[in-house]
Amino acid sequence: MPWSFRKKREVPAGLWTKCTNAACGKMAFSKTIQENANVCPECGHHMKLEAKRRVDLLLDAGSFRPVGEDVAPVDVLRFHDGSEPYEQKLKRTRAKGTASEACIAGRGTMGGRPVALAVLDFGFLGGSMGVVVGERVALAAEAALADRVPLIVVASSGGARMHEGALSLMQMAKTSAAIARLRAAGVPYVSVLADPCTGGVSASFAAQGDVTIAEPGALVGFAGPRVIESTIRTTLPDGFQRAEFLADKGFVDRIVDRRKLRDEILAVLAFLAPLPDQPLLETATAGEPKPAPALEPHGKKGR
Amino acid sequence: MGEPVTLTNKTDLTTCLPFERPVFELERKLEELQALSDSASMNLNGELRPLLEKRDKMLVEIVGRLGPWERVQIARHPRRPQFRDYAMGDQGRPGMLDEWIELRGDRLFGDDKAISTGFARLGRHRFLLIGHRKGRDTKEKLACNFGCAHPEGYRKALQKMKLADRFGLPIVTLINTPGAYPGIGAEERGQAWAIAENILEMSALRVPTLCIVIGEGGSGGALGIGVGDRVLMLEHSYYSVISPEGCAAILWKSGEKAPEAARALRLTSEDLLRLKVVDEVVPEPLGGAHRDAATMVGTLKAAVVRHLDELTAMDADERLSLRYAKLRAFGNGLPPLDPPPEVPAPKAEKGDRKAEKAEKPSDRGDRPAK
Repeated sequence: MPWSFRKKREVPAGLWTKCTNAACGKMAFSKTIQENANVCPECGHHMKLEAKRRVDLLLDAGSFRPVGEDVAPVDVLRFHDGSEPYEQKLKRTRAKGTASEACIAGRGTMGGRPVALAVLDFGFLGGSMGVVVGERVALAAEAALADRVPLIVVASSGGARMHEGALSLMQMAKTSAAIARLRAAGVPYVSVLADPCTGGVSASFAAQGDVTIAEPGALVGFAGPRVIESTIRTTLPDGFQRAEFLADKGFVDRIVDRRKLRDEILAVLAFLAPLPDQPLLETATAGEPKPAPALEPHGKKGR
Repeated sequence: MGEPVTLTNKTDLTTCLPFERPVFELERKLEELQALSDSASMNLNGELRPLLEKRDKMLVEIVGRLGPWERVQIARHPRRPQFRDYAMGDQGRPGMLDEWIELRGDRLFGDDKAISTGFARLGRHRFLLIGHRKGRDTKEKLACNFGCAHPEGYRKALQKMKLADRFGLPIVTLINTPGAYPGIGAEERGQAWAIAENILEMSALRVPTLCIVIGEGGSGGALGIGVGDRVLMLEHSYYSVISPEGCAAILWKSGEKAPEAARALRLTSEDLLRLKVVDEVVPEPLGGAHRDAATMVGTLKAAVVRHLDELTAMDADERLSLRYAKLRAFGNGLPPLDPPPEVPAPKAEKGDRKAEKAEKPSDRGDRPAK
């Protein structure tokens, strides 16, 4: 059987999905994978996930109220990348999917507690940060400050959007200034790093979390691996810039499975901003499926 | 015609940029004439003066025609004044400071030579001066990593900025970097985290902060010491989210398209002033800062004093809220710029060569007259 033919048969339209982890590559029902938050049921590989579905995954159903939805991208530079104008590229990308830009931001509740949330969408021009992304992240931070509720940002981005030139670079300053105000006011900020997160996003708000959580295997760094390889002219070791590597180097607090992310964030927030009516013991163990075994020896002694 | 005509701020053959070539040729002729004037005890000032004027006219014309890519080359010019020229002075020329006490080390890992920090005094102003260092000769360039800082450089800057903040010293930064270093060690030590922390802290410093792009404003590496109450840019410096070469490699799939990327990125001082990324453009001497470093240092000195006068006179809370408003508004509500200049860069260069050829006969024609 010719290879091209085989390849064609391997991916029937939408019914099956192949794990994007090259070492796994197993096929599974698309529906199964979707229900599993785009985590491969075979190898646990975390595939990319649309921002809208992340919001559904993290917030209580129906609680999301967006901010900055009306902020639309403007081609201030009249950028032309040699093949098409940026304005046309934007139109094409917007027509392709459901996302209006590379970030969704807003208010909502998470396990009943109010939060502000911003989620970057890698599917929209590589999650790149232009003026709209910067503005929405800043609006989410300002919503958190105004309501004095925790801010959660899920970052997945190739970095600043070149098509908006220095204006995209300045979004690093815009978002950081907003996060600085949260810090000064003692409003907690949990940063979640999803695959991949590099460049101007990793070197601004994504790296400013009070608690920083990464998804397993997520690539996070200032420079992308290709840039580093072309600079130092060597190939990089396996696992370089991956979440586990960063945790070892001391830049990530926890690596958390996407399916447990919501519970884990709630458990962390219970320490940083406990709600007055929140029973302490329950929230402290919310991330674990069973009661903490560490308490058992003490209990045994008592018996 | 009493005063002798002296030829200053000459173009240098080894560092001459392609579009500076006609100026170089003219200056060579000027020099020959001058030598003749001296040795033969003939007064040729009458002939020299118009030629000197012609050179300056030529420079005005060339500079007026420069595209963004040529501007990037001026910003990277090997003879362009650097941190040292502005601080303590270099090559026998004085800098702008009356006092300079360098402070080293980040208290965590090491001392990155790509960023210099120290106490500086300029007249009545005492402040913390921070700046990228690119290095002049090969040895120094290597020690400074060509101005590409590692995380320890940004952390050194932050440690000193916090010190300045505690003791009420204003902060001035001189930005001149191709970018933060993209290497294994830099990633292992958290380049992204180091830059992110600097940007965040700089947005909230209580002391006045003045940032000046003096050459290359390379992306996050520049912004890592580039958030301030006022951001100035020297006329022929550039500030960009990515190098034109990097942008061309990604979007045009060819690094050779850098001139086009430079045009598209809007990285010149005039465009960035329109985009409100910078607050003021500091004019350079005719033909670029590298042609007359002494004048450049003087111009920048005056600008620094003026801004420090203004900033230190302001109330700290007012300064902070204005700074936040400025940072918060980046990119909001801007009208689209005019389309970038249509003339591609190489054409202008060709034109120069033609002009040069056309001038040659007339110059030769002048010779018999001497």
